[in-house]
Amino acid sequence: MIKVENLRKTFGSKIAVDGVSFEVKKGEVLGFLGPNGAGKSTTMRMITGFLQPTAGKVRVGDYNMWENPLQAKRLIGYLPENAPLYEDMTVSAFLEFVADLRGLRGAEKSKAVDKAVDTCFLQSVRHQSIETLSKGYRHRTCFAQSIIHDPEVLILDEPTDGLDPNQKHEVRSLIRRMGEEKVIIFSTHILEEVEAACSSAIIIDRGRIVAKGTPDELKKTSPRAGSVVVRVHHSEPDAVKSRLQGINDVSEVEVVEKNGAASVFRAIPKAQTSSDSLSLQISEMIGTENWKCDELHTEEGRLDEVFRKITMPDTETASASK
Amino acid sequence: MSQPISNTSMGNLKAVIKRELLSYFFSPIAYVFIVIFLLLAGFFTFMIGGFFERGQATLESFFMWHPWLYLFFVPAVGMRLWSEEKRLGTLELLFTMPVQLWQVAVAKFLASWIFLILALALTFPYVITVNWLGDPDNGVILCGYIGSFLLSGAYLAISCMTSALTRSQVISFILSVVICLLLILCGWMPVTDLLITSGAPVWLVDLVAGLSFMTHYEGLQRGVVDSRDVIYFLSVIVFALFTNAIILRDERA
Repeated sequence: MIKVENLRKTFGSKIAVDGVSFEVKKGEVLGFLGPNGAGKSTTMRMITGFLQPTAGKVRVGDYNMWENPLQAKRLIGYLPENAPLYEDMTVSAFLEFVADLRGLRGAEKSKAVDKAVDTCFLQSVRHQSIETLSKGYRHRTCFAQSIIHDPEVLILDEPTDGLDPNQKHEVRSLIRRMGEEKVIIFSTHILEEVEAACSSAIIIDRGRIVAKGTPDELKKTSPRAGSVVVRVHHSEPDAVKSRLQGINDVSEVEVVEKNGAASVFRAIPKAQTSSDSLSLQISEMIGTENWKCDELHTEEGRLDEVFRKITMPDTETASASK
Repeated sequence: MSQPISNTSMGNLKAVIKRELLSYFFSPIAYVFIVIFLLLAGFFTFMIGGFFERGQATLESFFMWHPWLYLFFVPAVGMRLWSEEKRLGTLELLFTMPVQLWQVAVAKFLASWIFLILALALTFPYVITVNWLGDPDNGVILCGYIGSFLLSGAYLAISCMTSALTRSQVISFILSVVICLLLILCGWMPVTDLLITSGAPVWLVDLVAGLSFMTHYEGLQRGVVDSRDVIYFLSVIVFALFTNAIILRDERA
């Protein structure tokens, strides 16, 4: 549905986006991650046809964005960063204006406006002037604008920025629900959002794609992914540690927390070992040693660690030792 | 999607014109502008132009001030057209919609021109007054209105163009006043006389004056609709709007 090939954008001598390629199919939600200034917004502006790429191609459906811009733009709904709006209009006048530009007329138009107002919970501010709205409402008004023509493709630049936790939750479930039948690309720097809503994710840094995969795949690249964490009540933590170290498949044991009664250990498996077999071995050991254990789990890995590892390679060691 | 293209173009033009016009009248700007324009027009006509002292049933003392009145009034009306979109970021919204650049540029221009025509139309009491006091040549008056209308369009197109250059309304205003002032002065009698006495060749002075608003505006004020004058104003408008579109296009490339 959306195919981006070798997209490049330079502003003067500054390279903002440097050879980004990816493809998103119907029913997929793609999360766009990256530190501020990594080129997320610039990439989105090129996909939506606002900026012309220095090189590379954007295909939306059957259309090339720079050869058939009107047809391509009809398929897209776009929420720009910071939710720009015409301050002097009322919410409904603004939505009607957008519906006009989207080619909706008459009954179709008023139905579309009503539906967008309902979906985005804007009934209470419908006739209010936009400049009087709070940030959450402004954001939702701009979101309503992007879905008014029921587009096949939704491109959302930081859709949950500035929303309170409840609103964030609403927007995320909206994205997930719509993602079932549309193509959605959204950018964020909130990692839990990616886990909550995305079917795949791309991490972009300094204009390049540095990692790509489903959230689970990405998490597995975390340095701690696959390690087994165990909490044992024992008077001599060092003894426990050395016993755990004795297991063949363990490459290293860290003491995560040590306080009087209970201690928390982290066993990192050797490269070829699966974490399942390691946790089995540890639970057997707990049985034979008769330790009192109240927690045993396998670490899934955390996206924020992956993110840090990839986008800040210099400080990787510093954060890992934390 | 199966609509003919011309149909959607008209729809887009109408939508943008409507939005722009409403945004004048949603805020007090429109009313303030119109009142000030009418007051100033009256002040120049009666106090400085000596409407009554002339003892003639013409609107000459009314129209002669329009180039100067518009010099500040029109850039003030046009300055926000693009710079406000840039400041708010709505330009991004607008240009990711299925609209063409020329449609938006033309629609914005037309909306503001309609507003200026409305302000100009509200000067109808002058026409009634001279008709009541004397027996004027209404053909000349109509011609004067056509000239004034075209003049405001030319100023406005230049304001649209400068507005596309910057996100600051103030800068857009000043740039457009300066450009319009230059276009007035290069054909204004005192300046052309000065050029000739200082030894500039006549053909050069004529050429420069030919680019001026004044030369063509004065022709229309004499009651003669010369196609060259009309074409001059229309080509200023087309040129400025074209430049306007190029500026906006290049910015996104």
